[in-house]
Parts: sequence; structure tokens; C-alpha cells
Amino acid sequence: MNERKGVRKIVVPGELIKEVGKPGNGVFVENGKMYSAYLGIVETRAGYVNVIPLSGCYIPKKGDKVIGKIIDIAPMNWVVDINAPYYAPLHVNDVPWHVDFGYTARYLSIGDVVLAKVSNVNELGQVWITLKEPGLRKLEGGHIIKISPFKVPRVIGKGGSMIQMLKEYTGCRIYVGQNGMIWISGSPEGMITVIKAIRMIENEAHTYGLTDRIKAFLEEERGEENGN
Amino acid sequence: MGIKADIKLIDDNGLRIDGRLPNQLRPIRMEVGVLERADGSAFIEWGGNKIVAAVYGPREAYPKHVQEAEKAIVRARYSMAPFSVDERKRPGPDRRAIELSKVISEALESVIFVEKYPRTSIDVYIEVLQADAGTRVAGITAASLALADAGIPMRDLIVGCAAGKIDGVVVLDLNKEEDNYGEADVPMAILPRTKEIALLQMDGDMTYEELKTAMDMAMEAAQKIYQMQVEALKKKYLEVE
Repeated sequence: MNERKGVRKIVVPGELIKEVGKPGNGVFVENGKMYSAYLGIVETRAGYVNVIPLSGCYIPKKGDKVIGKIIDIAPMNWVVDINAPYYAPLHVNDVPWHVDFGYTARYLSIGDVVLAKVSNVNELGQVWITLKEPGLRKLEGGHIIKISPFKVPRVIGKGGSMIQMLKEYTGCRIYVGQNGMIWISGSPEGMITVIKAIRMIENEAHTYGLTDRIKAFLEEERGEENGN
Repeated sequence: MGIKADIKLIDDNGLRIDGRLPNQLRPIRMEVGVLERADGSAFIEWGGNKIVAAVYGPREAYPKHVQEAEKAIVRARYSMAPFSVDERKRPGPDRRAIELSKVISEALESVIFVEKYPRTSIDVYIEVLQADAGTRVAGITAASLALADAGIPMRDLIVGCAAGKIDGVVVLDLNKEEDNYGEADVPMAILPRTKEIALLQMDGDMTYEELKTAMDMAMEAAQKIYQMQVEALKKKYLEVE
């Protein structure tokens, strides 16, 4: 990113895309011409032209790690809100505990937050999630914030650079779900800094040179803390 | 339409009551992303009209029997605030609001890729805060911005525009006086890229030729409004330093 400042090219729904390549995600073809389906930014990758939406809801994909909130309890399963158009059931067979019929509320109750994996999605949009894998668990304490799922890659950064930087500067533990839910735990000052930084990333996700600006911001925040 | 009155809607210079030319639009201002809680939102000021549109979804459609297995349903609700007109309007949906909600839903559905989100509903709320004729077309224009802001995939933006006939002359974009004392009003919703028509209604009488002129006028104006829509959408993201 050699000092390219400014903003990426934004397209609106129905706008003609002049980039050449095969139609990828977020575009549609009419009479041999490519048009954008979203309000988003154009990106060419591996010969495909994609439009990455600037906003929108999360579409679950198999294998995604997501953060969800329990919103309902049934005898054999929990219902989890994963910020997608559809709620996801979490079956008792998909949790690492042995749960007797009707005792689901002992393990997870309404309002609890879990780090889960999408185990299956079908064409009807039905989603199944699981907790039966190392690293997946109930998240206790901490703070949850929501961002647009399309901005998750920017929060993580290239090879995890951005998230690593946030963790180093603030000493917080952070989990980023692919669905745009972020769980933060740490000192109150650290959490406030992380939230501010993430909001900054969210607002400026479509600009160049973001990592440097976030770094400057974090330096400044840390400076203030030391000054006090 | 309305009551016949001795008002002269077009003066001797060919100008209209508010000084516009027959094919001139009222001033329009649009803003995207005005509401924090909604998934997408837009505000539009179109002459004396002030309208907020908010979009929620796609989200699971409830009650369950309204879900459609292979596509999303689009539910628009047009509603006028009690203080939006001169005489207090009784709040709640009336005959007119129900009809407009239906036609707006259908117009919006025609541009959305509904098949991408089976079993869901996309809810659009159009709230008229101040009315000055042409609220349905201004509402559609704002709703289209709110949908784009919510990240909903669409074939095109959708532009609303009205034309009509006053004192025997076909004019663009009627205001309240012209709507009340004029002869006809033709609200239209247009897809600016393909020039398809998503909504066409007519209130009053016109000859076939007059209707054609009115439609051409609205079609031309739609391109101008479309440019404003594009500007408003891009502005939200360009303002960030």
C-alpha cells in the first residue's frame, strides 16, 4: 500500500462496471454487460470482478466461526441469533457437555454468548452450528460489539496484522466472529480503546492506509494513559 | 381532481404558481444513513415534502405463514404523520395508505434480488413527516436509497417522479395547489438504467397524447433524480477523511 491515500471506487446498485474479468460475487450480467448489485467497492481478484458490499447482513458459510447469542431454549436445543437473516439451532449433540433431555437451561441460558462454528447450511437458508471443536466455547464476561460483516476482514487485517496490533497495544482478549460480532475482554480502558479503534476501522474501511492511522491512534491513546 | 376554482395555475409568462417552468422539478435534497438503529435509512426533502425511509432485514419473516420458500417478501409501509398535512390526519393506515403500501411494495420488489434470501422479509417503513403532493414518488425514491444503504442486492435504483396536467398544460412534478386544482396527476416509478416502469398510476383525465408527453417528461426527470441519488449514496462514504 505505497502511500496510496484516498478512497476506493464506490459503485451503486445497477451501475455499469467497466473493469474486465469474469463476473464474480456481487455483480450480475445483463446483455453481456456487468452491473453491480450492491452499494460497494469494486475489486478484481484472480480474473474475477467482485463487488464487496459496504453494508448488509451476514450470510452464513460452512466453517465460519461466529459469535452468537442464545435467544431461546427448547428441551433438545438452543436457538442462537448469529446476526444472519435466520436463527440457528444449536442441538444438544453439538455441545461438549452431556445434556439430559429438558436440562438445556443448566448449561446455556438466554442471553449467554457462544463462540461457535457453522457446521452446515442448506439452500433454504437453514443453518446449524456446533460447539464441539477445540477453541469453541461459551464466552463469559467481556463486551460485545457489532460491525458490518463485510468489514470483518479489515478488522482482522492482512494475516491478522490489525487484530494483533489491537491486542498488543491494549492487552485485551478479542474474538472476531465472521458474522460481525466482536467479543472483547480486558481492562476497562483497554476495552474503550479497542471499541474506539474498531469504530474507526468500520467508518474508514474503504480508505487506503488504514493500518498506519490506527497505529497512530493507538500510540496516542497509550500516551494519554501513561500521562495520567 | 379536487374542487374547480378560479385559481390561475399558469401565468401569462407560462410560469407556474411557484415560478417554475412546466418541465422543472422542485428542489430535492437527499441524505443517506440518517437513522442509527435501522439497517438502512434515508431522508428526502422534495419541495415541501419531508420523508424518512427505513429498511430492516432481510430477516426471518413472521408470522410463519407469510414466508415464501424460495424468495424474500417485501413489505413496505407508507404512513403519514398526523402533523404532515394542514388539517390533522387521523393516525393509522387508511384506505389510501394501504393502497400505496401495496403498490410501493410491488414496485420495490421488482428491483430487489428477492430469490437470494428465501423465507425472509425485507421491511421498508416510509414515514411522511410533511406532505406537499407527490409523497409516494418521493417515498419510493427515499426507500430505494435506504435499501441500497442496507446492503440489499438490487438490479437498479428506483426513481419516483410525477407529472400531471394543469390548466390544460402537461407539467412535471405537481405541488400541492397544482395537485388540488389541476386536472390530472400521473405518479410513476422508473428504473433509470433500463427505463422500465415499476409503477404507473393516474388520477384525473388526460388524452393518450398528453399521457405520453407526461411519461416522457417524467422519464427525462428520472435521470436527473437518479444522478442525485447516486451522489447522495456516494457522499456518505466519501465524507470520511
